Amino acid sequence: MSTTAEAPTAAAAASLAGLETAATSVAEAAAPATHEPATGITGAQSLVRSLEAVGVEMVFGIPGGAILPLYDPLFDSTVRHVLVRHEQGAGHAATGYAQATGKVGVCMATSGPGATNLVTPLADAYMDSVPIVAITGQVPSGAIGTDAFQEADIRGITMPVTKHNFLVTDAAEIPQRIAEAFHLASTGRPGPVLVDVPKDVLQATTDFSWPPRIDLPGYKPTTRPHGKQVREAAAVIQAARQPVLYVGGGVLKAHASEVLAELAELTGAPVVTTLMARGAFPDSHAQHLGMPGMHGTVTAVTALQKADVLVALGARFDDRVTGQLSTFAPGATVVHADIDPAEIGKNRKADVPIVGDAKETITELVAALRNLQEDQGRPDLSAWWTQLDSWRATYPLGYDLPEDGALSPQYVIERLGAIAGPDAVYCAGVGQHQMWAAQFVKYEKPGTWLNSGGLGTMGYAVPAAMGAKAGRPEATVWAIDGDGCFQMTNQELATCAIEGIPIKVAVINNGNLGMVRQWQTLFYEGRYSNTKLHVQNADGTRRAGVRIPDFVLLAEALGCVGLRCETAEDVDATIAQAMAIDDRPVVIDFTVGSDAQVWPMVAAGASNDEILAARDVRPVFGEGKV
Amino acid sequence: MPRHTLSVLVENKSGVLARVSALFSRRGYNIESLAVGPTENPDLSRMTIVVDVDSQPLEQITKQLNKLIEVIKIVELDGASVQRELLLVKVRAPLADRAQVLQTAELFRARVIDVNTDTVTLESTGTPEKLQALLAVLAPLGIKEMAQSGTVALGRGPRSMSGAGTLRPVERSA
Repeated sequence: MSTTAEAPTAAAAASLAGLETAATSVAEAAAPATHEPATGITGAQSLVRSLEAVGVEMVFGIPGGAILPLYDPLFDSTVRHVLVRHEQGAGHAATGYAQATGKVGVCMATSGPGATNLVTPLADAYMDSVPIVAITGQVPSGAIGTDAFQEADIRGITMPVTKHNFLVTDAAEIPQRIAEAFHLASTGRPGPVLVDVPKDVLQATTDFSWPPRIDLPGYKPTTRPHGKQVREAAAVIQAARQPVLYVGGGVLKAHASEVLAELAELTGAPVVTTLMARGAFPDSHAQHLGMPGMHGTVTAVTALQKADVLVALGARFDDRVTGQLSTFAPGATVVHADIDPAEIGKNRKADVPIVGDAKETITELVAALRNLQEDQGRPDLSAWWTQLDSWRATYPLGYDLPEDGALSPQYVIERLGAIAGPDAVYCAGVGQHQMWAAQFVKYEKPGTWLNSGGLGTMGYAVPAAMGAKAGRPEATVWAIDGDGCFQMTNQELATCAIEGIPIKVAVINNGNLGMVRQWQTLFYEGRYSNTKLHVQNADGTRRAGVRIPDFVLLAEALGCVGLRCETAEDVDATIAQAMAIDDRPVVIDFTVGSDAQVWPMVAAGASNDEILAARDVRPVFGEGKV
Repeated sequence: MPRHTLSVLVENKSGVLARVSALFSRRGYNIESLAVGPTENPDLSRMTIVVDVDSQPLEQITKQLNKLIEVIKIVELDGASVQRELLLVKVRAPLADRAQVLQTAELFRARVIDVNTDTVTLESTGTPEKLQALLAVLAPLGIKEMAQSGTVALGRGPRSMSGAGTLRPVERSA
């Protein structure tokens, strides 16, 4: 009775969301004839063959007892295994690889603590809808449930943070489960999938054939938008006088940047790109207002507030974008297009809901709008643009240089973006440096900005950059990290040095957990409880000349080149020096002032109407008209 | 808040109940009753879930449930459905009260399924309201112990959830 489907063929895969681009399709890569049937092989061999057959080129992992049988055939495989230093690094590397290449990222760990170390990156990938597959070893079937050595119920633990997960109970199921895992991870709304394999299943004798049958009767993502909804959306957009295209990460996942540009130019509407969508629309484009949200540009935030029509494309009305939900965009008719029906109406009521893949939806919207414009012409948005341009002129993104002459972190990041350019890939951790990297690097292309948006995972940058560089060795990959974040995952620099993955790291070292410090400054009367990472004098001030750790020495110890930059005059030359090194990872310790703050800002829970352009600077918006 | 009865066809696989119940708990939805059992198709189980929510959160619940890979179909069973619960109740029934217990059982069409010198155990099926009424009448006599199932339900009429001419599922799309 269960409906069944064949494993993804190249043709079927062409229609899968997020897999259209040439040479990035899982199933397309599965074409090589490496997957002839085999009999009398081990479950482990079957699993490695399945990975090869599904097109995996690279996995990130660490072996251990329960997964040892898998590592034996992996030794001879065409799949490259990158031996990381911590399973969290494997998970984020898989995410970085997936985000930079558009392919499915793969990580591996043994049972128990190996598997639980993957929980954070799985939750991270789940929040940001990144297609990764995690393969974990499990204690032998007979020992499950006995509190055996290194046993953890990883399937139970990861249920809330994966799109789906499997416990394989029979070696014969291995090819099917692997095919299903990759299919689930990469189609519909992408996300992480975990496959847990007990040791005895890896050791059992089994047969292998490919492609297996995929049996997921309850999984039928809607990619094709409903024509009537699209026409209704087009009519709403055509009638709008103050529209905004609110672009989220789904546009990048669907490889829809080109059609988005078409839609923007056809409508003449302003575009905002969320933290997850930076690069989906060129920052240099005149219609781009920048990033919305808590630290968005005044113009982007205010345009959403004053819009008469919001066209949300692959975005989910996250609280960091909407601020206080009840006062968000109060006058807007909302067109909400998303591949996940559960996102529509979850936070904000959608007046015109559209379920579908962003690329297909935008393509059809463009066609429907062309039809309308043939009769009605292009809507006149000139009054709206006059208003937007005046806000842009009055409240541009900017920063003040520190009064004490310390190096400005924003300046460092701005110069880094200018020198490394729009073809480099930028990965950030979480905090002030992340917001500055989102604000002051100019993104022109998809897949050039990777960060942990939803979960806000400190420590994401270095391993994600490693994964991105491993997947795109020709690209310059910069991790822009904070000193707090960097101390969480910098051990993966050893992996980078040994495995030949020469990433570059800009540590924006302000000696503090900077974003938390900023909130302490603003909301806790400057009581800096446990946010100072530097060595302190008795009065709490920073002790000069003592560095714990010394990031230059640390970098050298990890097999990287370590550089330091402490003045604005040295910034360009130090970046240039790092850009010239391509045989090893490079770390630059940018020692910056500790009091720089991220502005603009909407305080947590406040209305977007309360945005402050800078500390105590409340924008005044044109009265009356808008 | 109105009660809604969701009939959910799921794949008959281990871990599905954990997924569904974990979804309710982590998204902060309360389950009023939950019953799981086999269906005419050995590959599928049916979960009958009664929730007490307004229509907007109900829509989120069904959309989130639909996202679970092992959930095949969800139908909201409204007035055009039959809904039953099973109650087993052990009532104090010394000789002096026994006649009254048996008379009450008869009035409610409950069956006696166990008797001894001190107690009588009754079995009753019905709507939650009927079972509540029965319990209210039995309470003064002394209820020693009871066990009650969750609601199970089917749509009225010839349609079914799995066959042809099926009941309309709760929309997958918005």
